[in-house]
Amino acid sequence: MSEKRFIDAIRDGLREEIAADAAVFLIGQDIGVNGGVFRVTDGLLEEFGSGRIIDSPLAESGMVGVAIGTAMNGMRPVVEIQFADFIFPAFNQVVSEAARMYYRTNGDFTVPMVIRAPYGGGARGGLYHSQSVEAYFAHVPGLKVVVPSNPHDAKGLLKSAIRDDNPVLFFEHKLAYNTVRGEISDGDYTVPIGEAVVSREGQHISLISYGLSVHHCLEAAETLSAEGISCEVVDLRTVRPLDTVTILESVKKTGRVCIVHEDNLTGGVGAEVAAIIAKDGFEFLDAPVQRVAAPDVPSFPYNPGLEDVLLPGPTDIVRAAKELAAY
Amino acid sequence: MPINSRLNKSGLDQKDAQSIYRYMLLARSISEKSWLLTRQGRVLFSMPCDGQEAADVASAYALDTATDFIVPYARSLGAMLVKGMTTQEVMLNMFGKAADPNSGGRQMPMHWGHKLLGIISMGSSVGTTIPRASGVALASKLRGQNAVTMVYFGEGSASEGDFHEGLGFAGVHRLPVVFFCNNNGWATSVPVSLQNAEPQVAKRAQGYGFPGVTVDGSDPLAVYQAVKAAVHRARSGDGPTLVEANTIRMMPHSSSDDHLRYRTQEDLENERKLDPIPLFRDFLITTGILDETSDQELQDFVDLEVEEAIELADDAPSAAAETAFNGVYAP
Repeated sequence: MSEKRFIDAIRDGLREEIAADAAVFLIGQDIGVNGGVFRVTDGLLEEFGSGRIIDSPLAESGMVGVAIGTAMNGMRPVVEIQFADFIFPAFNQVVSEAARMYYRTNGDFTVPMVIRAPYGGGARGGLYHSQSVEAYFAHVPGLKVVVPSNPHDAKGLLKSAIRDDNPVLFFEHKLAYNTVRGEISDGDYTVPIGEAVVSREGQHISLISYGLSVHHCLEAAETLSAEGISCEVVDLRTVRPLDTVTILESVKKTGRVCIVHEDNLTGGVGAEVAAIIAKDGFEFLDAPVQRVAAPDVPSFPYNPGLEDVLLPGPTDIVRAAKELAAY
Repeated sequence: MPINSRLNKSGLDQKDAQSIYRYMLLARSISEKSWLLTRQGRVLFSMPCDGQEAADVASAYALDTATDFIVPYARSLGAMLVKGMTTQEVMLNMFGKAADPNSGGRQMPMHWGHKLLGIISMGSSVGTTIPRASGVALASKLRGQNAVTMVYFGEGSASEGDFHEGLGFAGVHRLPVVFFCNNNGWATSVPVSLQNAEPQVAKRAQGYGFPGVTVDGSDPLAVYQAVKAAVHRARSGDGPTLVEANTIRMMPHSSSDDHLRYRTQEDLENERKLDPIPLFRDFLITTGILDETSDQELQDFVDLEVEEAIELADDAPSAAAETAFNGVYAP
């Protein structure tokens, strides 16, 4: 075991997979000599050369389209979209092509492709460097969508994603890169896609979340514990497919649920989790399901005061949890 | 140029010319009969290729069909036949039956894809195939495959952003890919004059740093020659070529379209003079490669092959309804 930053865990995962499998290569904007704008791929060009680390033209649809073509001819591309906000030009390639290739060819072709993208607010990136986009893709059959919260999971899930024969969207919170640290297993290991984990055991309230928001939930749980409210934190880790078993087990245990994400409220992953609980966990519930999410505003504004008022954080979670506890 | 030397100059021999003609007849027969099947309600959809058989067949004939890749579009029937798809497989596709190797009845007819034959699957969202072809070619380069990828599309798809992005990437990396544009002048009902102020698509290649050529798409020898040179260039590591074939569209866009809403009967009659099948037949007869009797025999043989494939495909089982839930994810 050793302590790593989130960004180092991802880089280690990439490096190990590139080294282990000649089919794996990276493609993205500024990922070569510049090492990516967040430096996730720092040093990889020197280590593996321009045949494995390819700087793409400024063309997201073309880049993903090219990656799909390589995947249909024996490669395992890992695409970096510089900011999740810029994935939309490639939406058609992801949704109309990659996601349904296996289905539409009746199992003849697979698209083993990973698309990594930094997401999330709090970095003063304004409306176009702050968005959460997972809900758009979580809606799509044929895609897998992963949003890790800590270094150990990030590396293990990234390895699983690269080895998966389906297209996987892999979202990394940009604030996590340098601020989230954690113990990480030595050597080669994977974390399975589609399995949630209980990050903190508790009795009274289930806080269900993913990505950076998990840390907000853990912080809130600590605060609430001092007031005698015991929270369980469920880290979904994968938002498609959802681990309904772990979700329902926690709901059964606590009877009170708050779902937390940084993405805006309407049509978010929380809505799907709430629907699953409403159908299969109805008899366990002692209170209405709560959601803490960004309000339905286009994205986070640039001015810190304007952004902070919209960003969901530990204080919002504590408030919602207290309402649940008092119900 | 004397007609015999035209054949010599193309690099094709008499057997090749006969083979190309046979594929053209087969594509026409399948296309015509598929159209009739839609009128009879036995098949639900078709996209006729009538008028561009020379371009489809002769271009694919310039590939190494065993190892090269094709990224098709819906009017690539002739190329599919050259690449090795059988008449029976095509008809199973038209009827959407379980044994259709393209999609087992999941996609609409003429949405080609066949991994074993090196035919990269297409959907209905046109233009997405173009960067995909660059990707297939990039993989060939990375893996050391000596393969060339050819992607087919219409001049309408050349207006999509993916056209620009796919050609741009291939130019930068000098990828072994041939971009083959069938410019038939019509994107469903929209004429080429409303696609771009410059109607000659091949000219755009200059902007991507590689050659673009325009050929008479009704002349299989001209098409073959242009594509052969492009394939050679690609295989030699010299990069992509954009080949534009000026073709005709003798039929509506699809079985769901009525082209008399936007074209005149006179326009269609005039265009018929460029029908590649009688033109090539005349060439073959004039040069003694074919005679009237053998032409009729060939036509009858092809029609019989298609008729038999239709009956077998019609009788073939559909996939069980409950299989519609299967195969969303690869294991």
